[in-house]
Amino acid sequence: MSTIIEVSHVYKAFGGLNVINDCSIQVEQGSITGMIGPNGAGKTTLFNIIAGNLPLDAGRVLFDGEDITNMSSNELFHKGLLRTFQIAHEFSNMTALENLMMVPPRQLGENLFSAWLKPGEVSREESEVRQRAMEVIDFIGLSHVRNELAGNLSGGQKKLLELGRTMMTDARVVLLDEIAAGVNRTLLGDLVANIERLNREMGYTFLVIEHDMDMIARLCDPVIVLAQGRVMMEGTIQEVQSNPEVIEAYFGAPTE
Amino acid sequence: MNELVFFINNVVVSGTVSGSIYAMGAIGVTLVFSIMRFAHFAHADMMTLGAFVVLLLTTLFPEVGGVVGLPSALLLLPIAMAVTAVAAVGIDRTFYKPLRAHDVKPIVMVIASLGVTLMLQGLIRLFAGTGSESLYIAERKDIFRIELPFELASRPIVVTEPQIILFVFAIVAVVSLHLFLSRSRLGKAMRAMSDNPDLARASGINTNTIVAVTWVIAGSLAAAAGTLLSLDVAFKPDLSFFLLLPIFAAAIVGGVGHPYGAIAGGFVVGFAETLAVFNWSVLLRPIRDSFPEWLELPSNLALVGTEYKIVVPFFILVAILVWRPTGIFKGKVI
Repeated sequence: MSTIIEVSHVYKAFGGLNVINDCSIQVEQGSITGMIGPNGAGKTTLFNIIAGNLPLDAGRVLFDGEDITNMSSNELFHKGLLRTFQIAHEFSNMTALENLMMVPPRQLGENLFSAWLKPGEVSREESEVRQRAMEVIDFIGLSHVRNELAGNLSGGQKKLLELGRTMMTDARVVLLDEIAAGVNRTLLGDLVANIERLNREMGYTFLVIEHDMDMIARLCDPVIVLAQGRVMMEGTIQEVQSNPEVIEAYFGAPTE
Repeated sequence: MNELVFFINNVVVSGTVSGSIYAMGAIGVTLVFSIMRFAHFAHADMMTLGAFVVLLLTTLFPEVGGVVGLPSALLLLPIAMAVTAVAAVGIDRTFYKPLRAHDVKPIVMVIASLGVTLMLQGLIRLFAGTGSESLYIAERKDIFRIELPFELASRPIVVTEPQIILFVFAIVAVVSLHLFLSRSRLGKAMRAMSDNPDLARASGINTNTIVAVTWVIAGSLAAAAGTLLSLDVAFKPDLSFFLLLPIFAAAIVGGVGHPYGAIAGGFVVGFAETLAVFNWSVLLRPIRDSFPEWLELPSNLALVGTEYKIVVPFFILVAILVWRPTGIFKGKVI
């Protein structure tokens, strides 16, 4: 297997707070890599840096061998590096279906001139996108609310919509930021199944931040443990769960 | 009947004139706000800039309109719109973009736009002087007098050529903006960005393109509004600066960030102004005889004097904000 994302020696501080401190991780192509760590370990900050939402102070990020350090997130999107947000984002004034239809990259209509010059082609493409959006919304089980304004959906439904967004385009790597938080157990089962299917059938690579240990155990191999802005250890879930250092970081030092 | 004609001339026509101007200005203000989240105070001077470019071009080619029978200024307007659009994008790249890159608070952007206002005004004064100039250089302003087919109406309805051009232009601009925002992919991307810029970026929308498109729309509409106003009255370096407050009032009244609201707000403010300074005693004159003797009809029954016209938008603003704090249409995003 080859490395698809390589983060090397990244630093990031907010004011005097060193959130990411000489952090280096590697994500193998085709894997579902988990990332865990106590609150404030810098997991989301690292996501923001990889996904181009935050400039880093020092270090390098490579995507399939290409230097993507400080590249903007819309460029990364077109390269196939997608993310979801910890707090679900949605276009609240559009319907669930329209939310999905916003996603596909490089549509003809995006170009100002083709919208006027080739209306036929634009509308044909529009119906293709609609078709795909319908399939995706079926897949994530939201077809009954597809014409609701996305702002009115529940927290869990918004999370599903986030996952659906990544399925509208041919992604290569998807960063999932606590996709399971706020989603009920039954739905969670579907979600996990969907992620596995995307990984197996479409070849998506996933990097997953999660607090839900059951989900990590079911999905992820390997698991990276982050603490105080650097990698504490990396290994299978069994190795991680039996490591005394990790237990201490999560639950605090045992009082003797 | 003549009283009614007087009403039409003084309220309907002039209310529509100022309403259209305010609406076109307020659309720009509201679009800039919904995409970039700051109040762009230099907007009125972009209107003046557009009119100034037209003045320059018309001075260079005063006869060009005669060929097709339109005022030269109108024929040259598209060029001025393009120039102003480019200038607007340039101003953004030079003054606002570096600030955005530092993620400054909106108030810093507002102050920067005040600086741009002063700079634009100074530049225009430097070249155009401080006096007023007519945009009709080689031709005369056509005035249409529409005689009414009623016996009692001896006075005509008076509309000038620039006013008709203004009405037509405002309608075309509003309809094409509506089609752009609701139909085109780029318009939808604008709506997406005003809703949630982070998600828009994560969905592969190039937000820099959207910002540039916003300035192109705002700048060209501003140029058109400034030019059409100068055609109707005359070009002055501070002409549009005095429209800044009613335009902002219109944008807020309609619901900030809402283009249709801006149009409605523009007309609300425009008509409120003209209705407030209208002399109502003219309409009461025909029924004067039926008044009791102790009641004498004063010669002027306007709500406020013409010199206080500028306070009207603020009265409307306060009233709307109390009654409906988010504006007529619920504001915030497109």
